[in-house]
Amino acid sequence: MASQPHTLQHHFEDLEQQFESSSLGMWAFLVTEILFFGGLFTGYLVYRTKFPEAFHLGSSLLDVQLGAINTAVLICSSLTMALAVYWAQKGDKNKIVLFLSLTIVLGAAFLGVKAVEYSHKIHHHLLPGDGFTFEGPFADQVRIFLSFYFTMTGMHAFHMVIGIGLMIYLIVRARQGWYSSEYNTPVEMIGLYWHFVDIVWIYLFPLLYLIGRH
Amino acid sequence: MARHIVPTRVYYFIFIALLILTGTTVWVAFIDLGVMNNVVALGIATLKAMLVVLYFMHVRYSSKLTWVYLAAGFLFLVILLSFTMSDFLTRHLLAVPQGWSLLQ
Amino acid sequence: MGTAVFNPREDQLAEHTNGSTKNYLNAGFSAKSWLLTIDHKRIAILYLLSITFFFFIGGIFAVLIRLELLTPQGDLMQAETYNKMFTMHGMVMIFFFLIPSIPAVLGNFLIPLMIGAKDLAFPRLNLLSWYIYFIGGLFTLAAIVFGGVDTGWTFYTPHSSTYSNTNVILAAVGVFVSGFSSILTGLNFLVTIHKMRAPGLTWFRLPLFVWAHYATSIIQVLGTPVVAITIVLVGLERLFHIGIFDPKLGGDPLLFQHLFWFYSHPAVYIMILPAMGVISEIVTCFAKKKIFGYSFIAFSSIAIAVLGFLVWGHHMFTSGQSNYASLVFSFLSFLVAIPSAIKVFNWTATLYKGSVSYQAPMLYAIGFIGLFTIGGLTGIFLGTLAVDVHVHDTYFVVAHFHYIMVGGAIMAYLGGMHFWWPKITGRLYPEGWARFSSLVIFVGFHLTFFPQFIVGYLGMPRRYHVYPDEFQILNVLSTAGATILGIGYLIPLIYFLWSLRYGKKSSTNPWNAKGLEWEQAASPPIKQNFEVTPVVLEDAYEYEPKVWLK
Repeated sequence: MASQPHTLQHHFEDLEQQFESSSLGMWAFLVTEILFFGGLFTGYLVYRTKFPEAFHLGSSLLDVQLGAINTAVLICSSLTMALAVYWAQKGDKNKIVLFLSLTIVLGAAFLGVKAVEYSHKIHHHLLPGDGFTFEGPFADQVRIFLSFYFTMTGMHAFHMVIGIGLMIYLIVRARQGWYSSEYNTPVEMIGLYWHFVDIVWIYLFPLLYLIGRH
Repeated sequence: MARHIVPTRVYYFIFIALLILTGTTVWVAFIDLGVMNNVVALGIATLKAMLVVLYFMHVRYSSKLTWVYLAAGFLFLVILLSFTMSDFLTRHLLAVPQGWSLLQ
Repeated sequence: MGTAVFNPREDQLAEHTNGSTKNYLNAGFSAKSWLLTIDHKRIAILYLLSITFFFFIGGIFAVLIRLELLTPQGDLMQAETYNKMFTMHGMVMIFFFLIPSIPAVLGNFLIPLMIGAKDLAFPRLNLLSWYIYFIGGLFTLAAIVFGGVDTGWTFYTPHSSTYSNTNVILAAVGVFVSGFSSILTGLNFLVTIHKMRAPGLTWFRLPLFVWAHYATSIIQVLGTPVVAITIVLVGLERLFHIGIFDPKLGGDPLLFQHLFWFYSHPAVYIMILPAMGVISEIVTCFAKKKIFGYSFIAFSSIAIAVLGFLVWGHHMFTSGQSNYASLVFSFLSFLVAIPSAIKVFNWTATLYKGSVSYQAPMLYAIGFIGLFTIGGLTGIFLGTLAVDVHVHDTYFVVAHFHYIMVGGAIMAYLGGMHFWWPKITGRLYPEGWARFSSLVIFVGFHLTFFPQFIVGYLGMPRRYHVYPDEFQILNVLSTAGATILGIGYLIPLIYFLWSLRYGKKSSTNPWNAKGLEWEQAASPPIKQNFEVTPVVLEDAYEYEPKVWLK
């Protein structure tokens, strides 16, 4: 780790090359995340096509209101994250910390709602596994739907936890004065990551919560 | 370094648009449009994703290379989805007639 | 040689103190200076040591397989044990030897040198990649030590997800973790090649080794995450019985196969593309002739990377995949052979009217061209639906992929190690022994794997430890060949180690090769690679400088 955060690393010619490299690297990483979640979406698509009624039924077990609220919460967090990046580009230390903190609070709120949803499901023996019981038709395939629900939202939540951890790191560094209009790369890069996590949820919400609601 | 700083009003505008689109997608979900429900839901989701990508993630102001990387990611995801589905959706087509194959 | 503004004399390439050069090898001798290094050259050496170790682990399982197959009966081990043998052999060789080998050793070492950079774009990420690989390797070793895995390296469900009683989770974690090493290396290479090229080094002046690794990195970044999530799903199914692959609940085993092969087919191109890059470098140098069709070779690397993602269903022709999808995959599989064939034509055309010399690297390269051609052509047989129905899951398939991975990738790896050994270590290997062992390897290889084409075509299934009596002679030949091949691999190990101490010290460019790593960097290079950043003024491989007639 460089002792002076905003100096040029030894193998780069200038700060611009360093920033462009970091940016391209983060985008390459986000591409891997697209394919990582993509495998889950593929499985989802296969089984939704095979078992449409079961997926319809499974989706009705989810709480649309909570899902919609969570969607709105994440969108708010994307706004606050974008603003954190903006103030990092302006070099305003206090505003960086403020908006990162807001993003963390909103992210935590999202996770809190998810915890409520999960505990409700677990309480009703709807967690796929050995204790799973479902009293309706297509029980086996509803179980598959719920497997995708838990795996996809769980993997998403795991990524959010990592994002929150990264933002805590950013807040520590921001308070130490590491970010300025000259050097704010980590804020922008972690911002990209957070927006990506938001986009995953943008797709998860209709695909899991809004099947056949009419 | 001279990088484009997106004015905050753009962010607020996109934010409002995203909330409106979220509300729309929930509202449309409760109306029966048959097959179009899926199309509309995914269409709105994609529109929201594009807004986040272009403005919150600054792709609108980024180099072509960034755009190429992103496009490649989605292209290969589409390949994964479509080729896999091409198997499951065509199992009944060109099927070997009964009694001809030991694999059935 | 006129390649750059600064034309260094040999003694200017590295600083001399007290008669010995300061270079990356003697810049610090402590364990910490090696284990916490961010120098791409030292990280390459760390990888070299670890992949060699895993090669021997994988090799031990190969020995056990071939010993069992000496006789038609299952007299050395039980069926369940044999299942573990071929599983561990495949898993270790593919994920811990072949996939990292050329990129993580030669790619890491050479790419910054070839493009005139001081290091990769993300040196610390590079070190992290090695540690991740190492940790993945430890998990896999744990799986082996605690009783092995019997699912085949392909982890098919529902055996892997439900019915196997072996250490699937440990092995799956090992592969999952090492996959991230592959992803991060690919990411590092992509950004490096885009952003860190020296002045004047345009895309079409890049060495073809760099193009090959660029294409490989595309595959690593796009493909590996899919197998990662697939392994997670198998793990969840195994641990928590979530049910997505369980046929009793309506789960479809083919979903696993689609997700698995979406990565694992492009993975074979991860293994062969870097090898092709090595061959391009060797052929042009030892024919002392500019490579034929540079841009065709460059584009064919990208074409292989892209087309390689469209053919995975050819592993599933007999699994119950729809006939329509199988037709499409078969057709696309034929297409992906074309760019590989283009390379073979171009290498051959480079040799034509070249001034060819036959040092060990060139012997390996020539061997590669022949063996890869056979392996590739037999791939076409397998891609033909009607033929595959008969030879799928037989030794024909085993022979096919060993021709490419052993006859191809490993020979290219050895050729590359010989070619760049003076650059990496500053020492020369003994040429006589090197030529001898390359021939031993070539003979041993053919004796091991050619009989497998025959016995597979005659119907011997793969992954069985028993077989009909009439196949014994071919199996005995194969095991005999494996013994010779094993000896052939041991000889370079010995003389490479010997050369570190007793080998003749090399000049900077013993091959008189073109390329920044040869002409602008010392052998071995200094820590920051170049005293002065090179500027590139001419195309790659200008072995016959243009003569301007008056």
